[in-house]
Amino acid sequence: MEETDVILLWGSNARETHPIFFHHVLQGVRNGAKLFVIDPRRTSSAQWADSWLGIDVGSDISLANAMAREIITAGLASHKFIEHATSGFDAYRAHVEKYTLERAERETGVPAEVIRKTAHAYARAERAQLCWTLGITEHHNAVDNVVALINLALLTGHVGRYGSGVNPLRGQNNVQGGGDMGAIPDRLPGFQHVENDELRAKFERAWGVKIHAKRGWHLSDMFQAMERGELTMLYCLGENPADSEADRHHALKLLGGLEFLLVQDLFYTKTAELADVVLPAAAGAFESEGTVTSSERRVQRVRRTVAPPDGVRDDVAIIFDLARRLGHDWGPPDSESIWNECRSLSPMHGGMTYRRLEDLGGIQWPCYDESHPGEIFLHGRLWHDPLIGPRAPFHPVEFVPPVDELDSEFPIRLTTGRRLDSYNTGVQTRLYPSPLRREEALDLSPEDGQQYKLREGEKVRVSSRRGSVVAPVRFDPGLRPGLAFLTTHFHDQVATNDLTIDAIDPKSGTAEFKATAIRIEKYHGD
Amino acid sequence: MDLHLTNAQASAEERAAVDSELGAPESGWEGGKRQVERDSRTASAGHEARSRRHLLLPALHAVQKHIGWISPGALNYVALRLNTAPAEVHGVASFYGMFSLEPRPPVVAHVCDDIACLTHGAEKLCSELEQKLGPAGTPCVGGKATWLRSQCLGLCERAPAALVTAAGKNAKERALGTATPERVQLLIEYGTEDRLPGSLRDLSPELSIPQFGSKHSRLRLLARIGRTHPVSLDGYRGLGGYDGLQKALELGPEGVIREVAASRLLGRGGAAFPTAKKWEALHLHRELLKGNPNRHHYVICNADESEPGTFKDRVLMEGDPFAIVEGMTIAALATGAKKGYIYLRGEYPLAAERMAQAIEIAEKSGLLGKNIMAKGLDFDIELRRGAGAYICGEETALFNSIEGYRGEPRNKPPFPTQAGLFRQPTAVNNVETLANIPLILREGGEAFVTVGTKDSSGTRLFCLCGHITRPGVYEVAMGTTLRELMALAGGVAGNGRLQAVLLGGAAGSFVSPKELDTPLTFEGTRAIGATLGSGVVMLFDDSVDLRKVLLRIAGFFRHETCGQCVPCRVGVVRQEEALQRLISGKPLKSPADEVAMLREMAQAMRDASICGLGQTASSALESALHRWSLFS
Repeated sequence: MEETDVILLWGSNARETHPIFFHHVLQGVRNGAKLFVIDPRRTSSAQWADSWLGIDVGSDISLANAMAREIITAGLASHKFIEHATSGFDAYRAHVEKYTLERAERETGVPAEVIRKTAHAYARAERAQLCWTLGITEHHNAVDNVVALINLALLTGHVGRYGSGVNPLRGQNNVQGGGDMGAIPDRLPGFQHVENDELRAKFERAWGVKIHAKRGWHLSDMFQAMERGELTMLYCLGENPADSEADRHHALKLLGGLEFLLVQDLFYTKTAELADVVLPAAAGAFESEGTVTSSERRVQRVRRTVAPPDGVRDDVAIIFDLARRLGHDWGPPDSESIWNECRSLSPMHGGMTYRRLEDLGGIQWPCYDESHPGEIFLHGRLWHDPLIGPRAPFHPVEFVPPVDELDSEFPIRLTTGRRLDSYNTGVQTRLYPSPLRREEALDLSPEDGQQYKLREGEKVRVSSRRGSVVAPVRFDPGLRPGLAFLTTHFHDQVATNDLTIDAIDPKSGTAEFKATAIRIEKYHGD
Repeated sequence: MDLHLTNAQASAEERAAVDSELGAPESGWEGGKRQVERDSRTASAGHEARSRRHLLLPALHAVQKHIGWISPGALNYVALRLNTAPAEVHGVASFYGMFSLEPRPPVVAHVCDDIACLTHGAEKLCSELEQKLGPAGTPCVGGKATWLRSQCLGLCERAPAALVTAAGKNAKERALGTATPERVQLLIEYGTEDRLPGSLRDLSPELSIPQFGSKHSRLRLLARIGRTHPVSLDGYRGLGGYDGLQKALELGPEGVIREVAASRLLGRGGAAFPTAKKWEALHLHRELLKGNPNRHHYVICNADESEPGTFKDRVLMEGDPFAIVEGMTIAALATGAKKGYIYLRGEYPLAAERMAQAIEIAEKSGLLGKNIMAKGLDFDIELRRGAGAYICGEETALFNSIEGYRGEPRNKPPFPTQAGLFRQPTAVNNVETLANIPLILREGGEAFVTVGTKDSSGTRLFCLCGHITRPGVYEVAMGTTLRELMALAGGVAGNGRLQAVLLGGAAGSFVSPKELDTPLTFEGTRAIGATLGSGVVMLFDDSVDLRKVLLRIAGFFRHETCGQCVPCRVGVVRQEEALQRLISGKPLKSPADEVAMLREMAQAMRDASICGLGQTASSALESALHRWSLFS
């Protein structure tokens, strides 16, 4: 990131949501990199940008496809890379042909000339980084959005090289590790597919149990299963769905209807309030032993530096005890032996002994054996001659607007996000004071404030097709007329997810938190 | 770039002042009127906006000049315009002495109380002003004016000195020599009535150059001053002006460097570095990087003459500005620079005006700009004014100042000839050094060395001030003794009994009456542990309490340290405190202990400070301790 020429920050306000990562972006900028920020709002990240593209919420595919068409017609595509390492280019070229700059201007709102310049800058760069966050993934077509961006990287060859790559920015220090360890409905540790008989058999042999041969449910599936009455018991570790689910009213009803809810958490969350049993858990960062895996696939050791308070136990110890009560004695809990078991079953972690993790300051997977240093580039193979592994396919995708449509009754587009001082539903941050923290308010453009005859701080009722909340308004010139913004940090003040829609991307299971149709009315008190 | 720290807004006048330097804003994001259609869809900032960071100091100057102080709203607007964090803008604005970040009346009289003026009744002037107008800094004349004590204003030949500034649309600055309370008060009143006479009161050669008109003095650098109008190009050419550049264009870069090397010219700013070596380094860079469009070279004229007691560069710029322009143009030819900067001390309004006029006339006459003298040489000069920071005379601090950063020196290496202004190879030359260049080209390097001594060629300008009968700038051949120079200036004034001479200014050294036969050369002064420095020769008769002079010098350095490196930041404060204790008769332990501590601290500052300021902040004190028993 620090030694690149162009950085595209797409659907990400990294200045506030990934402040440490953003320091590396700034280092790159300081070294001369041009920064382009694509975001409906002119955020504090966008203030650093050489160019900001203020697109309409959810029109990313139109923008990406138009950039691709421009890159191809201007002769800036990297044909050498396309021929060497990709497949499906001709179909892709034909597909994006209809996404002219004029069409994209119509669908995204961004002037055609600005789109053209961005496309040229990205394609002409010697090195370029494409980063995204929830602005891309919290949509009904999340995976299509991601694919549209990956197509751009394949088109220009900006992948798998030093200073060039595609970077989904993770929201927590160990989101990557959670996925790696199999906290995904269809995968066992090391991304081994649960429906692959051979792979599953390996785990069954090691564990001495039968594993369900079908993929499981993701979070949104689980709520649907609750609704059908199929899911009646929930064990919830470090997650606060009572606040974080879209269409929160509905989610609360379902959680309340469970036969048994077990919550294991550091904090007494909204979900814990609904639970039958709450198990207080130690903090992963400093009260327990183990590993975490960062966005760059680097597995690092974490160590216990302080003992947890009385009555609070390490996650592993709790799980081992539960297993014993359920008739499986796994012996005394010990993080290193658990890790060694993982290494024996997950080839990509095979060479990562605790000793090596310590000596090398962490290792990036894959690391197959103890002589393997790990890999800096996940997709470096695409540049290998001859090509190693399968070709990377182009996936043509169409622009489909957000599900919650704007109409005369709900004319304003609400989008959600975070602020620097708070984290998600506030469980981890609201206990700490911050000089930056402001009470939750609906951000509106100054022009809308004028149109609705509102003063700053005045309360409005915000209504969507699912619910309504009351919030004070604040004016932000980073918003255009017709666009509003809320966070989910303070559900006690403003329950934002009462408004959002649970339109789910079928591939990722993520709801369209980023696009809600609302209306606002002056609030005169109940 | 968190550009939303405070909600302070700039007034229409403040915005107009900033826009006068930066142009009108192009979008709502830059502080212009918000055009929703466009501004809510796109914004450009980033590198392009920040590439104008070097306009920060001029923009702040404009606000100070038009409003009289710089409000938080104005700072915010500048930050927005330049896409720079408000904290950084505040950091730069608060660095400079001439900027006020607190409300201040539009008319201000800056009254010098520095060492040269002290010998001419500055304290009496200040106490009389206090009685007439109230304590320094308090508003007077119905809140429309105030007066402040100031560091050396570089008008030492006319001590005591003052500078009156009147902010507003019709901003004016007026320097005042031989100031009396009545004259200061009168100018203040004129200022509040918007009829302050502008700075265009010409240098009086008789007053500032006592050798003027004398048949015995063979003036070389000062030859033209007073014989033609300073900004008459015909007059300049009639007296040999631009013959040097003509010759240089014939010789080409290598020929020029050869002549300058043959002249053995050493820099006149204080460091005495061979000028030809600097130029050669840049010339080599040019050869190495031929055809690389991203490489630029710069020549800078260091006109930030701030050493207390120094005013020779001011006299040159006020009296013979074309010589500096010609010298820089020859430097550009030799080094390959396409762009030059004159970094001119903020307190010199007339010099700034004269230099600006000379640059403009040269541009119009084909002597600057494209294809100079139709010989294919391209060169432009931009004038930048400092804002009251002594440290900006240090060359790397000067780069930071031009670039729009706090004027804090950089670590060396890299040296300026490798990575200077905007990190490009840069040659920095003092005004007097550059004034020598046309002369060297005109008469040839071989002829130049016939004046002066073997190791110190040419003439040198000296600034005689303090207790001297005829203060002013003197030009003598290198090797003239201090005694001869003093005799030329009419001998010791005051009570006639010489106590000490300060050579080289606040960063220089004291010499005693026993050392008057020292030849004034680089090597001669070095032999007695002193320095020529910036050419200051300041006399003190035996009525002066040298301890108080040392305390004033210590106060000067305490005020002027940039605060970046610890030895200097802490050392200059401790040094002043110890002197304060010694003078008030309350030393910690014994006076001898304090003196030992002062010497030890001086050593630490000399060894460990980043730049010359910290390294020389104790040299006057040490030289005095070496020669006299002041504290026993």
